[in-house]
This record gives sequence, structure tokens and C-alpha cells, in this order.
Amino acid sequence: MSAWWTYSLSDLLLFSPQTYYRLFELYHRSIWPAQIAGLALGIAIVWLLRSDDARKRWISLILAACWLWVAWGFHWMWYRNINWAAAYFAFGFSLEALLLLWTGAIRNRLQMPLFRPLFRRSGIALFLFALILQPLIRPAFGRQWVEVELFGVTPDSTVLATLGILLSGRKSHWTLLIIPLLWCAVTGATLWAMESPEALLMPTAGALVLGFAFWKGWSERRRRRTG
Amino acid sequence: MSFSSNNTPSFDRDVKRPFPITRREFLSWMAATGTSMLLPFSGFGAPQEKSIHTRPIPSTGERLPAIGLGSWITFNVGFDPVARDTCVRVMDQFFKSGGRMIDSSPMYGSSQEVIGYGLEKLNRTSRVFSADKVWTAFDSEGPSQIDESRKEWNLPHFDLLQVHNLLSWESHLKTLFARKEAGRLGYVGITTSHGRRHEDFERIMRTRPLDFVQITYNVVDREAEKRLLPLAEDRGMAVIINRPFRQSELIDFVQRHPLPEWASDIDCENWAQILLKFILSHPAVTCAIPATRQVNHVVENMGALHGRLPDEKFRKRIIAHVESL
Repeated sequence: MSAWWTYSLSDLLLFSPQTYYRLFELYHRSIWPAQIAGLALGIAIVWLLRSDDARKRWISLILAACWLWVAWGFHWMWYRNINWAAAYFAFGFSLEALLLLWTGAIRNRLQMPLFRPLFRRSGIALFLFALILQPLIRPAFGRQWVEVELFGVTPDSTVLATLGILLSGRKSHWTLLIIPLLWCAVTGATLWAMESPEALLMPTAGALVLGFAFWKGWSERRRRRTG
Repeated sequence: MSFSSNNTPSFDRDVKRPFPITRREFLSWMAATGTSMLLPFSGFGAPQEKSIHTRPIPSTGERLPAIGLGSWITFNVGFDPVARDTCVRVMDQFFKSGGRMIDSSPMYGSSQEVIGYGLEKLNRTSRVFSADKVWTAFDSEGPSQIDESRKEWNLPHFDLLQVHNLLSWESHLKTLFARKEAGRLGYVGITTSHGRRHEDFERIMRTRPLDFVQITYNVVDREAEKRLLPLAEDRGMAVIINRPFRQSELIDFVQRHPLPEWASDIDCENWAQILLKFILSHPAVTCAIPATRQVNHVVENMGALHGRLPDEKFRKRIIAHVESL
């Protein structure tokens, strides 16, 4: 895009807030009762977090399936109709699904035991927030229940829950963090341009996870040095 | 207070009409010759249309109603059946008010598809003046994108195609001129908005035989008055005006203030008509394309097609008033 620096966020918004939230409503109605499956998968992840390491690869498998579903079911089938950039979002979400499969499900490197319980607790808290509290935010700001973000079926909750899982592991997993963090910026910018009250949630969460990831990397290096 | 002298009604001319004379011209002729007295009632045929402001396209002389319909954001409603039907009602009111030009772009999400849906539902494919754009950074994608757009509109050919925001303009203009030469396109143009790249825009206007240019111009964004609008007049190019209300920012702002007493002097009943008549009264302007998803807004906007237009002195008064708010 030429002279891109002269564009404001609102210049780049292709749709009205009304259209955006209506998209969620129509999408949720079209996939019902898949939302229940998403919630069940979220609860399954909570249970798997407490299980032995061998079973933890299932966490990655579930997350990868959710990312793949959001890529196809939400971005490609629905969001792309009002935002041509959603085709690229679909590609990014599919790539993240493959990365989760490779790192977590195949190599089982996602959930190595932690030496610092702070990261684990923070990560699990973030995951539970995405699973339970994030769906309540839009109704709290006066929007309808059919417009909510839900783990496994819509992007923001799925991304935030994944960031929680990545945060709870020992490693920073920079490769796996890139796409979720980019999405935090994209969705934050979209909601900000629409003047939505929840606009800062995802960028703030993304910034916190980024900070934790740096801290975790630094702690890990120091631990290695000190033996 | 004075007004422009060129307020004589001009009549919309549909080049695709099946008969050599329009109903309106026929009725005018009857009125002039007194034969209308032979009619059993005054409401002969469809309801009488008032005369509306039209402007000629300099390259052919074809006349267009001076208010068109934009589709940026407003028509990008995706699969939503309720919103789609709202858009159809907007289009219906637009056509009933005498409108013809609808403008869109492949950049506008589902807008083209929604316009196509509306045209088919309203059976208005012969009435519309279709103005679309080519918008891709890849030269080779231009022709296929145009064909995709045409399918979305459900039309055999476009009346006007413009290079959107000058993106890859050299190669796309070649494609568009070739299509025009082959009789598969009526007019060729280029667009910009928000006052961007005016120097490049001017250079292209000076060197290419364009039929149309599309730029931003309104009572607060008047950069185009300096060079682009006079140049369009000199070069015989029709001018489409986007962002007449700065999306909704300008209209939302002025509507917080009472309608000036002098509004009736230019036959305006609301702020939308004042803002649009300011634009239409510039001699270089062919058509302004406000976008909306509300039928009552279409009625307000299309009201600017009627009545007196401000002259130069009055235009300055409008500017001063808006700047004082």
C-alpha cells in the first residue's frame, strides 16, 4: 500500500461494528452446538494439565485442532467474506496448528516440568480466564450472548488460552508465540478502530505474555549458568 | 445574495434506453405543445419525477445524476440476510430518487456481491451506472480480478473501471484502455482519497486520456480545488467525489448544530444537502458518492439533486459557517 503511513486505523477498517458483531452471531448460530464441544475440549485440557507427561501431548493436539477449526470455520468461511485479510489470518492460524502439532503432539516439547511455579500458575490462570471469563466480557458490556468469544471456536479466546498453555511450560517457545502475539495486535487494532470497550484486553494479555516469556528465557539461562 | 445561473433543470439521459425519447422528455414535449391536456389524468404512467441535477461526462456527453451511491463499509455486510435486504432497500430508494451511479471496489469485502444481489432483486441492471475498481499490486491479476468483480455485480460489462488508489496504475490502465478499445468497458478512471498522492495523480491526469477521476473533496477538505479540479476541467475529465461527509465524521459534527437559516436559500432541508450542494456547485464536479445503509439518509442525500445550488459567494459563506462551528 502506497503512503501507508498516512492511514489511520479507522481508514483500514472495512466493516462497521454492527457487521462485525453480527458476523459472530451468525457464525455461532451456524455452528451450534459445536460451542459445547469447544468448552468440553477446554475442560479436557485442564484435566490433562494435571496428568502425567506422556498424556500432555494431547493438549497440543487439542489446541492444534482448535486453531485449525478457527482457521477454516471462522476465518476462511465467515470472516473472509467481510475482510479479505482473513484469508491471511486463516493461513497463519493453520500454520500455528501445524507448529503445535509438531512441537507438542509429535515431539512432546510443550509441557516440560517447570522449575518456577509462578509461570505455571500464571499460564493456567490465563487459560482459565480465556475459557471461563472471556466469554462474559462482551455481555458485560451490553452485547448479546450470541456474539461472544469462546475457546475452540473463535479466535481471541483460542489465542489467549494457547498463550496460557505456552506460558505454563518451561520454555519460552518463541516460534509458537509469534502468531498468537501477532493476532493480539491485529484483533486489538480492529477492536480499537471500532471503539470497542474490550479493545485493550488482547494486546495487554499479549504484552504480559511477552514479558513473561523474556523473563522465563532469562531465568532459564541463569539457571543453566549456575548449574 | 446571488445564485448560480446554470440552475436550469437538466434531464437524466439513459443511454441504454430502448426508445429514442424518455418518458420525461415525452411529458415535457406534451406540456410544451399542450398535448398533455389530452391525457385523462396528470399522473400518466409512473409518478412524475422532478427534474434533477445531472452533469455531462465530458468525453461523451452522457449525463449522470449528480448524486451517486458509495458502498465503502456500508454494503460490506457479508452473509447477513437482514443487512443485505436493508442494502436492497437503500438501493431501491436511490434508484427511485433518480440515482444511477453506484461505486464499489474489490477492496470493499462483500460490497460488490451485495450490490449484485440488490440489482438482481430490484431488476435494475439496465438502470445502474456501474463504477468499480481494479485493486491489486500484481499486474497479471488485474484482468481476472475485473472478471471476478463483474460476476459479483452480475453485469455483462462495467460502465466505469478505475485504478484504485493508483495501485500498479501503469499496467492496470493498459488493461482498462484495451478493454475500452474492445468495447468491453465504457469509461476509464483513477482514484485517490484522503488527499493522498496528489502529485502523482496530477501527473497521470496530464499524461493519460482518462474519462474519470475520483478524489476526496468536501467543505473542509478542499485541497483538490487548487490543482486537480481545475485540471479535470481543462482536460475534460469527469470528477467523482468520495468522502463527501468524511465518512460520517463531518456530518456527525455539523448535525450537532442547528441548521442555518440560510439553508432554505439554496433549497436545503438538512445538513446533508448543504454539504452535498457545496460539492455539486463546484463546476468541475460530476458526481458525489455518499455511502449509507439507511433509507432516510438516501432520501436526504438525494434531496440535493433538487433546487438551487450555491454560487461562489454562497460557497464561501458555507465554508465560513462550517469553520466557525
